Amino acid sequence: MEAEKKPILTVRDLVVKFRVRNKELTAIRSVSLDLYEGETLAIVGESGSGKSVLTKTFTGMLENNGRIPSGSIVFDGKELTSIKSDKEWEFIRGSQIATVFQDPMTSLNPLKKIGIQITEVLEKHQKMSFAQAKPIAIELMERVGIKDAGKRFNDYPFQYSGGMRQRIVIAIALACKPKILICDEPTTALDVTIQAQILDLIRALQKEDDFTTIYITHDLGVVANVADRVAVMYAGQILEYGTVREIFYDPRHPYTWALLSSLPTLAKKGQPLYAIPGTPPTLFNEIVGDAFAPRNRYALNIDFEEEPPFYQVSPTHFAKTWLLDEMAPHADPPEAIKMMWQRGAVHRDKATQDKAGATK
Amino acid sequence: MSEPILSVKNLDVTFKNGREEVKAVRNVSFDINEGESFALVGESGSGKTTIGRTIIRINPATSGSITFEGKRISGVISKDLDTYVIRNIQMIFQDPMASLNERATIDYIVSEGLYNFNLFKSEEERREKVFRALTEVGLLEEHAERYPHEFSGGQRQRICIARVLAMEPKFIIADEPISALDVSIRAQVLNLLLDLKRERGLSYLFIAHDLTVVRYFADRIAVIHQGELKELAETEELFARPLHPYTRSLLSAVPIPDPDVEKVKKLVVYDPAMHDYSVDKPSWRELFPGHFVQANEREATEYLKMYQA
Repeated sequence: MEAEKKPILTVRDLVVKFRVRNKELTAIRSVSLDLYEGETLAIVGESGSGKSVLTKTFTGMLENNGRIPSGSIVFDGKELTSIKSDKEWEFIRGSQIATVFQDPMTSLNPLKKIGIQITEVLEKHQKMSFAQAKPIAIELMERVGIKDAGKRFNDYPFQYSGGMRQRIVIAIALACKPKILICDEPTTALDVTIQAQILDLIRALQKEDDFTTIYITHDLGVVANVADRVAVMYAGQILEYGTVREIFYDPRHPYTWALLSSLPTLAKKGQPLYAIPGTPPTLFNEIVGDAFAPRNRYALNIDFEEEPPFYQVSPTHFAKTWLLDEMAPHADPPEAIKMMWQRGAVHRDKATQDKAGATK
Repeated sequence: MSEPILSVKNLDVTFKNGREEVKAVRNVSFDINEGESFALVGESGSGKTTIGRTIIRINPATSGSITFEGKRISGVISKDLDTYVIRNIQMIFQDPMASLNERATIDYIVSEGLYNFNLFKSEEERREKVFRALTEVGLLEEHAERYPHEFSGGQRQRICIARVLAMEPKFIIADEPISALDVSIRAQVLNLLLDLKRERGLSYLFIAHDLTVVRYFADRIAVIHQGELKELAETEELFARPLHPYTRSLLSAVPIPDPDVEKVKKLVVYDPAMHDYSVDKPSWRELFPGHFVQANEREATEYLKMYQA
């Protein structure tokens, strides 16, 4: 039996609004989420779906025009939405929840030596002296795969390639042993071979240091690689969440279907790709019903009138679509999804066979 | 087989920066046939974009030649031929946010090329050409009067494609045309490019780093690394029998949206130092019909062995 999973971060009914040109935009429309200790959760969505905004609320990094009118975020027994002072946020950001951003070109200071950018974090948050911090910084550089770290301590960012810079950003993020590491599109700006190395690196570090990881990405290939669990976001809401196998091999929300179907990997050559028509809704207006309904070829009449609740598919899998209601007509998912069912089943059979073989 | 529409032969492109020389493209040769979509795949800095830019004459070729429809278009060429090249070889760029003039209407953006080359006799004809191009990419006539900021990323990329189509080119260079777009929008743009190929018989040079997109889009693929072609084959052949270790490392690195496959996969890391070319020099060899690889004698034997079972 698996041990009871312990949530390290709990989000309930979170709403985030931004004031833009005298109009109010609702970026997060009531999101609830549990993050379990030690897991890797991937949040998937298009630009504007709210995935970055959501995680920014965990570290108090919302832009000045943003506010949280309702909802709660509890981390380590502490309510984060009521934090007012910068000092408290600095404590959280410095040693509890760290973030690795997309572009390593802009997250490092081009005028400061690489090593100093790591030691200053240790000096500030761990109250170390430079002499104490330097060997730790060099060790961190070695751990993230910088060869000859001692010699490269005095290099400047321009002397590093994009992949190496992202390694340094990761070293800085992990310097104070955070409990949660948020990776916001950490590999989007990198080449595929470098991307694969960085993903492997984060996985290895997570094993050694036992932190919890949140990945924010739009790349479903990356999600399949890293995630234990997946949450799919659209127009400021989570529409579906479950284990990575449940989301890929047995997705239930038509938006998840559409996302998977539009991937060229699942398409047959010579046949058009499935393209999601239209564009996401503007978040300036109040959204009635299911936000995806206007682009959804499986939409029911009720989707345009009433927002669907979450339906439970399995103890770990939930989807917010009326299609799962017992009153709903049967919906036949796209071909690509049926292919994914098969792939999942093939692997499942293989796994059980392997197990049977092993016990014999 | 018909005459290739575009032919690149022994192309070198060298950039000079003071006394420093950077060989961005080294001895690259390939042909693209009429109606074919040919992909150039490589990482940033591999020289793939430089090749595209050299074809449309933004960067000069240092040596080697490029021929289009049998006519040499690299080096010094006549004004008429230059005009012909601009009209018939058009480029779609990666970032639709950066490649449209924010202060011009869509109508002007799409007809700028028509103005430059006097490609219309009357205002009526110009407008008709603009509307036809807009309709072809799935935009509406009424969009012509709007400005770029009123459009989403996917729509802006279609405007870029409409601008290219208005010139009625024969050959399109698409430089990472979907990398800057959202997943749900990528499919729309890819479908559009493929439809145009079918309907207009267009030929493409598709420059990309994402092998999954290339597999779907391209007829043939050339893999480029540090300015040199490493391998060239028909798409499915390349995926079935990747020969060069760099190609194999690229294939192993592409994330596949299938968790069971992805969680057990092994990364192949490519280190150019693995080749021992001190005595046995590499050359461009055809190991299977139409399947070329850069290898020396010993490597060629090894590569062939991998697929003899």
